[in-house]
Amino acid sequence: MSRLLFKKEGRAKFISHLDLMRTMQRVFIRAGVKIKHTEGFNPHPYMNFAMPLPVGTESVCELMDFETDAPIDLAALPAALNAVCPEGIEALEAFDSDNKFKYIKWLDIEARLFYYNKVHRPEELMSFYGAESIIMEKRTKRSVSQVDIKPLFTGLTVEAAGDGELLLKARLAVGEPALSPAQLISALSQISPELAPDYAAFKRREVIDKDMNPFR
Amino acid sequence: MEQKLERILSRVQKPARYTGGEYNEIVKDKSAVDLRVAFCFPDTYEIGMSNLGLQILYGAINREPEMWCERCFAPWGDMEEELRREKIPLYALESGDPIGDFDVIAFSLGYEMAYTSVLNMLELAGVPYRASERKELTPVVFAGGTSCVNPEPMADFLDFCVLGEGEEADIEALRLVERAKKEGWDKPRFLREVSKIPGVYVPSLYTPEYGEDGTLRALTPRDGAPERVTKRIIEDLDSAFYPDRAIVPSTEIVHDRVVLELFRGCVRGCRFCQAGFAYRPVRRHGTEFLLEKAKSLLESSGYEEITLSSLSTSDFKGLGELTDGLLDWCEPRRISLSLPSLRADNFSMDLMERVQKVRKSGLTFAPEAGSQRLRDVINKNVTEEELLNSCRVAFEGGWNTLKLYFMLGLPTETDEDVIAIAKLANKVLYTWRQYASNKARGVKITVSTSMFVPKPHTPFQWEAQVGTEEYLRRVRLLRDNITSKSITYNWHSPEVSLIEAALSRGDRRVGKALENVHAAGGRLDSWSDYFDFERWLRAFSDAGLEPGFYASRERGEDEVFPWDVIDLGVRKSYLLRERHEAYAGRVTPDCRVKCMGCGANCLLEGRKCDE
Repeated sequence: MSRLLFKKEGRAKFISHLDLMRTMQRVFIRAGVKIKHTEGFNPHPYMNFAMPLPVGTESVCELMDFETDAPIDLAALPAALNAVCPEGIEALEAFDSDNKFKYIKWLDIEARLFYYNKVHRPEELMSFYGAESIIMEKRTKRSVSQVDIKPLFTGLTVEAAGDGELLLKARLAVGEPALSPAQLISALSQISPELAPDYAAFKRREVIDKDMNPFR
Repeated sequence: MEQKLERILSRVQKPARYTGGEYNEIVKDKSAVDLRVAFCFPDTYEIGMSNLGLQILYGAINREPEMWCERCFAPWGDMEEELRREKIPLYALESGDPIGDFDVIAFSLGYEMAYTSVLNMLELAGVPYRASERKELTPVVFAGGTSCVNPEPMADFLDFCVLGEGEEADIEALRLVERAKKEGWDKPRFLREVSKIPGVYVPSLYTPEYGEDGTLRALTPRDGAPERVTKRIIEDLDSAFYPDRAIVPSTEIVHDRVVLELFRGCVRGCRFCQAGFAYRPVRRHGTEFLLEKAKSLLESSGYEEITLSSLSTSDFKGLGELTDGLLDWCEPRRISLSLPSLRADNFSMDLMERVQKVRKSGLTFAPEAGSQRLRDVINKNVTEEELLNSCRVAFEGGWNTLKLYFMLGLPTETDEDVIAIAKLANKVLYTWRQYASNKARGVKITVSTSMFVPKPHTPFQWEAQVGTEEYLRRVRLLRDNITSKSITYNWHSPEVSLIEAALSRGDRRVGKALENVHAAGGRLDSWSDYFDFERWLRAFSDAGLEPGFYASRERGEDEVFPWDVIDLGVRKSYLLRERHEAYAGRVTPDCRVKCMGCGANCLLEGRKCDE
C-alpha cells in the first residue's frame, strides 16, 4: 500500500472532506498517476484517508492511502503532485506502509485562541487544564452524560502569541474515546466561560502511535 | 485571509465557494496591471462556475497582460447576512480585494430572474446600483449575456451592455476604460465614446417616450449613439479565444466536468426559442480543434467527464467522427462522455451505443407540445413517429428512465392539445411494453410542464402569456388524464414564469419594480428558497406597474418594442412572417433544407452561414 503525507492549509482548509477526495483524485489524474479503481458496477478510485479533517481545520500531517495501476517512483511523487495542486494543498512525502490507520492513537494539535476585548495570561488556561479532572457534559441525541476529558489529552502547553492571542498545544486521544480540538476548547465555555476565546483556529501537527512516535 | 472573514467562513454552509484558490485560477501581480476587472455572476458559485461563457471570457480577458480579471459570485443567504453584519464588502475570489475598488464590474446576465442579484451584489460591494448615482468614471458597471437582448429593464443600473459574443467586444470596451483612466476622461465622455464600439448599448444615451396607452412610443438616441445596436459575433470560432485550461473548483458545482462547445446558433427555428434566434448565424468549431481542446482541457483539469455543448448536439455535422475521436482518447482513461441536447427525431442506436460504452444515464426528450398540430405551430419539427422511434431505440438499448418536457400555454393551445400530452406519454409507455429489452426493471416516465414564457426576438414576442389560473386549470386537466402509475407528472409553478415574462419583455420602467424587490430583501430569485411572488406583485404595484401589462397583453403588430433598438441579425419582419406561419399551422424547414432568409447571415462578412 502506498501512502501520501500532505498538508492542507490556508484557503484550502475550507475544502470539505468529500470535496477533498474529489480534489485529490483530480490532482493524481493531472499528475498522470493512474489510481487503481475498485471493481464493480460503479468503479471508483481506491483512496483512503486516515482521519477526515473537519472543515476549517488546517493540517500538516494528513495521510492518504492509494494504489496505482502500475508501480511508480514514490520519491518523485510529491513534486509531481505539487505541480498540479490547488493552493494550500502540498504533498510532503510518499512511501510504502503496512501500518494500519487504526494504530493511530494520538493527535498533536495546536489551537490559536483569539480574544477580542479581553486579555488572558497563558497561566490561567494552564491552570484550568491542569485540574485533577475536567468533567464535561456530553450530549447525544438521547442522553446527556458526564465525561472526564482529563485522561484524553496530554502535554498541554499554552503560550502568548501576540495581541489578544494564545497558542495552545496538546496531544489528544484518537479512537474510542476520542477528544476533538473543538471539544477541548469548548470545555472552557462550559466550565469557565470567562476563559473561552471569541474565535479558535485549529491545526493538526502530527499523528502519533501508541509508542508516542510519529505514525507513518 | 483576514481573520474576520475566516471566522465567518467557519460558520457558513459550503465555505469553499467563497475562498478562491482553485487550481487554474489566474493570479497576477496587482501592482503590475493597469485594469482590474471583477467578472460577476449574479447567482451562486455552483451555478456561475458551471457557465461556459464565464470560463471563456475569464481566459480571454486575462490573456491581456495589463488586465486582471477576477471572479465574484452572489453569496448564499447565510453568507450575505454574515458579510453585512461584519461589514465585509463583496470581494473577488482571486485576490480577496473588494470589487468596489475595481475599475470594472462586469455582470453576466443569462436569465431575468438574476436581475435582483445584480442590485444586491452592487449594494454588498458598496457601489450605488443606479448608474446615475455613479458619478466617477470607475467602477464602470456593464453587462453581457443572453438576457441583454432586451436590456431595458436593467437600463437604470448598467453603464453599458455588450450585445452578442464578448470575446472581442469586451476587450475593446475594457481597453477604452483603460484609455479613459489614463487620459482622465469624465464619465459622460467615456459613455459617449464607448457607444461608438459596435455592439455596445449605452442606455443613458437613449430616452424613452410612452404613449397614453402605456406602450413605448420611441426610444431616441442622442449624442451620436446609434439608432440600432447590432450584436457582435465571432465569425471564425476556431480563431477566437477558447480556453485550454479550466478552473477546477475545489467544491462540487452543477456541471462538474469539461464543457466543449460545438457550435453557436441553431438551424432549427423553433418559434418559442429565444436562443434559436438570438445566437444565429450558425458557426461551428472544427473537429480537429475540438479534439485538441478536449485533450488539453481534460489533461489540465483532471476531470473524468466531458460533455458537448450546443443548442442541438445531434445537428453537429460530423458528430460521429467527433464522438469516435473523443471516445478513443477517453475510454482508456476512464473518462466518460455525455451528449445533452439530443433531438428526439434522430436519436440513433449507433450514437447511443457509443455513449453507453462508458456510462448510461437517464434520457430526456423535449417534444414541447403533445399534438402534431401544436408542434407544427411552434415549429418543433419532430413527429410522433420519430419520437416513438427514438423511445423504442432507447428502450431496446436498456434505458428505462425517460423524461419528457412540455410547455403549457403555447399560442393556439386547446384542451385537446393538453390531453394529447397524456396520450403521447401513454404511447411512450406502450412502446416500452412492446420493445423494452428488460421489463423486469420496470419503467419510469416523467412528464414535466412549465408555463410558456414569450420572449423578445422570437416569432412569439407579440403573444400574450396565459394567466396563472388558466395554466393551473390546464395542469389539472393534464393531471386528470394521466392515469398510469408508471408516468409521473411534475409541473412548474406559474408564478416565476409570470414574473419572468414581465421582465423579459419589460421596458425601462420595470427597473423601478426591480429596485422595490431589492429594497424588500429580494435576491437569488431563481431559487425557490428566495423567490417571493407576493413581494414581486407589491414591487410592481408600488412602481405603478402591472406585470400583466408586460406578460399577458397581446401586442399590436405595429407596436414599438423596448428591444427594437437591439439588432440581432434576424429581421423583425421575418419574425412576424414566422408568427403568421405559426397561426396558419405551417412549418418552416430547418436552415439546411432551405434558407428562409432570416437576415442573420448579414452579420457574416467573410463566410457563409453554417459553413
